[in-house]
Amino acid sequence: MRAVITVIGKDMVGILARVSKICAENEVNVLEVTQSILQDLFAMIMLVDISNCKVPFSDLSDQLTEVGSGMNLVIHVMHEDIFNSMHRI
Amino acid sequence: MINSHDILETIRMIDSENLDVRTITMGISLFDCADEDAARACGKIYDKICRCAGNLVKTGEDISKEYGIPIIHKRISVTPIAMIAAASRGKNPVCFAKALDRAAKSTGVNFIGGYSALVHKGFGPGDRALIDSIPQALSETELVCSSVNVGTTKAGINMDAVEKMGRVVLDVAKATAADNCIGAAKLVVFCNAPEDNPFMAGAFHGPGEADCAVNVGVSGPGVVRAALAKAGDCRMDEVANIVKKTAFKVTRMGQLVAREASRRLHVPFGIVDLSLAPTPAVGDSVAHILEEMGLESCGAHGTTAALALLNDAVKKGGIMASSHVGGLSGAFIPVTEDAGMIDAARCGSLSLTKLEAMTSVCSVGLDMIPVPGDTPPEILSAILADEAAIGMVNSKTTAVRLIPAIGKQAGDELNFGGLLGGGPVMEVNRWSPLKLIRRGGRIPAPIQSLKN
Repeated sequence: MRAVITVIGKDMVGILARVSKICAENEVNVLEVTQSILQDLFAMIMLVDISNCKVPFSDLSDQLTEVGSGMNLVIHVMHEDIFNSMHRI
Repeated sequence: MINSHDILETIRMIDSENLDVRTITMGISLFDCADEDAARACGKIYDKICRCAGNLVKTGEDISKEYGIPIIHKRISVTPIAMIAAASRGKNPVCFAKALDRAAKSTGVNFIGGYSALVHKGFGPGDRALIDSIPQALSETELVCSSVNVGTTKAGINMDAVEKMGRVVLDVAKATAADNCIGAAKLVVFCNAPEDNPFMAGAFHGPGEADCAVNVGVSGPGVVRAALAKAGDCRMDEVANIVKKTAFKVTRMGQLVAREASRRLHVPFGIVDLSLAPTPAVGDSVAHILEEMGLESCGAHGTTAALALLNDAVKKGGIMASSHVGGLSGAFIPVTEDAGMIDAARCGSLSLTKLEAMTSVCSVGLDMIPVPGDTPPEILSAILADEAAIGMVNSKTTAVRLIPAIGKQAGDELNFGGLLGGGPVMEVNRWSPLKLIRRGGRIPAPIQSLKN
């Protein structure tokens, strides 16, 4: 199962490192990373494989949200199907 | 990889434009719970609902978390109770409402619909007793919603039921006067009621439905308004196109959630209801979509045309996104639940007569409208009759949810708080329809019902 992690907020040192660290700790494999600056906001999108994730999806989501709020970032973790179904026919 | 623009668009829709799945509603048939002994029937009803919907709330929350989509309500609809209570001895079916209320509380849902009767052609056994008990049922329960279908395009309008319901609506408001007349917000009078509607207060599980089914109602007025704002000045063709595209995306999300809920709950998927359901939250208003199209205030001349386009485009966009579409599907115009409608009613640009015209082109009817508490029952009945006639002749659903605000006059405010919102009491036309309403009988089905 694959999921999309999005990180939106003010750019700062260590965003990628911290998010990747949580992924690594939970056996979540990062497949792709893209990042862009949207107006003055930093937006990072990671496609990850959560098939071997050690914790339930909701726990992973909670961990990332917690890291995000500490850095003033909004982090979403969403099943990739939501994007496939909304944007592809 | 998925296009990052698409990903960010979805995130923006959820974070700042109030995109959500409004409700996952589990429809449960209670036909196998009918029993000569009312207490035994209520026991069976409670057990069956808890058995079928025990995991509904948790499943909804899990899906919400996994897909990152807010799922606001988890609800239950059941077979119209008049049909079940008819089998039991004893005249007062309120015990059934209480059983539903207990089951709703045990399963953790926030509403249960189906304290209902279908009397569009006449009263069957159990129907009169149920209708008479609605004021007591709604004042003595918290989570039960009630509805009565008084007309269809096929059968015409049961004017005896219309006359009765005017009194019942008033009695419900009086019975819950201490609580802002909230009972009336949980009672819907329908013409052409859909049997698979997931939205409250009018949800019930029709007699033609499966034993158990999952129906999903999507929403997203904020997303549509934002898409139109972004497009700026464009011709109406383009406006329709933008609404269609947005409705498609929103519905696909609903379809995904519906499929997933059906799989996890081991219950067949029923329908997706493609509706624009507003809330009083800023940025979640249908009226603001109409204003974005170019009206100074909702209710201005041109509102009906704008709403007609919106309602049609939502359906056209949504229909391809879901394998089964049903329920009410279209744009809702509840006054107290829509920040833009509330403002329009307060400033005087939106009147009851304009709302009535709007209901001929939107998916429901006169919804969540506080009227003066001293409105005579025959005027309430006449409003119900007018709406039912619009539904009957246009082969569409119309639903009326009027709130007689006991002790208040036109211009006063009635506030429920929460998703039910609040708003100004709107004046009704005081000329008497008493003689018309007292005639009773049936309005024959219109010629367009003869399609065979």
